[in-house]
Amino acid sequence: MSDKPENNAYWATNIKIVTWCLVIWALVSFGFGILLRPLLSGIAVGGSDLGFWFAQQGSILVFLGIIFFYAWRMNKLDAEHGVDEQ
Amino acid sequence: MDQFVLNWIFIGASFVLYIGIAVWARAGSTSEFYAAGRGVHPVVNGMATGADWMSAASFISMAGLIAFTGYDNSTFLMGWTGGYVLLALMLAPYLRKFGKFTVSEFIGDRFYSPTARLVAVICLIVASITYVIGQMTGVGVAFGRFLEVDNTTGLLIGAAVVFAYAVFGGMKGVTYTQVAQYVVLITAYTIPAIFISMQLTGNPIPALGLFGDHVASGEPLLAKLDAVVAELGFNEYTTHHADTLNMVLFTLSLMIGTAGLPHVIMRFFTVPTVASARWSAGWALVFIALLYLTAPAVGAMARLNISELMWPGGTDGEPVSTEMMEADEKYAWMATWQKTGLLGWEDKNGDGKIAYFNDKDADKVAEMEAAGWGAENELTNFNRDILVLANPEIANLPSWVIALVAAGGLAAALSTAAGLLLAISSAVSHDLLKGQLTPNMSEANELLSARLAMAGAIAVATYLGLNPPGFAAQTVALAFGLAAASIFPALMMGIFSKRINNKGAVAGMLVGLVVTLVYIFLHKGWFFIPGTNSFTDADPLLLTIKSTSFGAVGAMLNFATAYVVSNATEEPPAEIVELVESVRVPRGAGAAAADH
Repeated sequence: MSDKPENNAYWATNIKIVTWCLVIWALVSFGFGILLRPLLSGIAVGGSDLGFWFAQQGSILVFLGIIFFYAWRMNKLDAEHGVDEQ
Repeated sequence: MDQFVLNWIFIGASFVLYIGIAVWARAGSTSEFYAAGRGVHPVVNGMATGADWMSAASFISMAGLIAFTGYDNSTFLMGWTGGYVLLALMLAPYLRKFGKFTVSEFIGDRFYSPTARLVAVICLIVASITYVIGQMTGVGVAFGRFLEVDNTTGLLIGAAVVFAYAVFGGMKGVTYTQVAQYVVLITAYTIPAIFISMQLTGNPIPALGLFGDHVASGEPLLAKLDAVVAELGFNEYTTHHADTLNMVLFTLSLMIGTAGLPHVIMRFFTVPTVASARWSAGWALVFIALLYLTAPAVGAMARLNISELMWPGGTDGEPVSTEMMEADEKYAWMATWQKTGLLGWEDKNGDGKIAYFNDKDADKVAEMEAAGWGAENELTNFNRDILVLANPEIANLPSWVIALVAAGGLAAALSTAAGLLLAISSAVSHDLLKGQLTPNMSEANELLSARLAMAGAIAVATYLGLNPPGFAAQTVALAFGLAAASIFPALMMGIFSKRINNKGAVAGMLVGLVVTLVYIFLHKGWFFIPGTNSFTDADPLLLTIKSTSFGAVGAMLNFATAYVVSNATEEPPAEIVELVESVRVPRGAGAAAADH
């Protein structure tokens, strides 16, 4: 199967999608929620700041978005490369 | 109606429901026992995963830990949800395509080694048992209070109920039971939160109320809370005080651990297709997020309510008097919880008042002494694990809400305990006995040994639950650290690398598990026996890394060891490379095979 170029292209695209999703995943939690919070402290959200919101709620909402995006994108990619379940 | 009777009715009715479903959906074949015949819809599967996942740690313990620490404990919120991203993107679809029943089967086949499978089984059992201890802590707290029995009796009743439906039902029984438990659990969590959010902010959605305005003062709720706790000498609620390195590692441990826990991963073997495995992870997080978005509101609002109860005239007024605590109905919950030994107060200076403040803060001590309230905090004990269960009483809500929360807390603890026991039993009977020791075992004998393993595991967990190493959520965090350090790296490398071989995977798992376990034992006591520890989490061995955060370090050691050892030894055989390639594409995913 490693000789089939379409499978290699499929996997390379998958790795690219996963990588970008994980960059966003890390950015909203470790980034906005913890390490970059001081940079967001000027943006007020209901009695605290944007970093606090990301740490307590925002990151969870973004996680949801990432997973549903990935499921949708991959199911489309499966079909494009003809590797979906029939 | 009497509160005690009402608790019994709610708890009893919910148990009848769960056991009824377990009996109705009784498993007949091995395939049904482990994976429910793969006939479970992604939404149903997501809901069951939610119940399975949200345990005593999420329901009973987490909001209490957030309430008393504030922002710094956001790590629990991000960590226990962020893991689903890893699960959905890096494990679930591939493991479903692989098409076997257990995590260790994948590791055994991918790393073409019975030793790898055996090591994986050991890692799973160590992490799962640690996890169940945390559940039993929660069960003990809940039963101790609501059935007004002592901790030991509560644990035994809980153990018997879990045993009944997990043993007779198997995965199919557990799946549908857990759907019912999810409904009970989420209702019980959100209804009191809605009441309290209405009282404090006028907003019926607690997650929005948290960032809304406090009705009584007109200020934003969080600003009000920051001011009140600062007045009492505590850290401001929304500011960052904890060590940043430890926060990052702790969050990472919980995330990686989520994607390495057998009872959650097993869920993705029960969906019909690879595509639905991807959706299932999303649905699971939807149902989990309903509780996780509410939890920080529950914590913040409870903290404000408690501070105001202890200082009824405001923080510049007088502390609550002991007469008022006896006479006023609003304080009745304190007397009931005092009986469990998890809440305590003492009028140390004999002024007839209970002053609640941070007596580690020298300025505040001087101020309190000058005001005549004494130099010591007189609310001497407030166990974090009681906060969610006591919350409806603290807010003076109707008694049916209190009974509902009792049923919800038990649903959370019992559903997770049942899922874990299923994972432990399949590890023992399917992987250890059938996979290694007695490969010719009949299906009937395999099912019998699965049930015996469950009985054994519950006995051990109940025994260890009597003497837990921390609050429920903290014990559970240790289990996540162990799963993070051992299982997740092996699974991930098995899918994303063709180069990692049998020797690399075994060495990686062993290094990750042993180093993490030793680090935990050095800080929490050997085998969790109190007093046998050489270090404490306040002054840890390495930098500022607490034992609960070490899983992330263990995982890195696992990755590094596997990489170095694999590259120093021979490449995996061609058929393994082919297996990896077939796992990476969805086409051809059929029903799983029970044998191999």
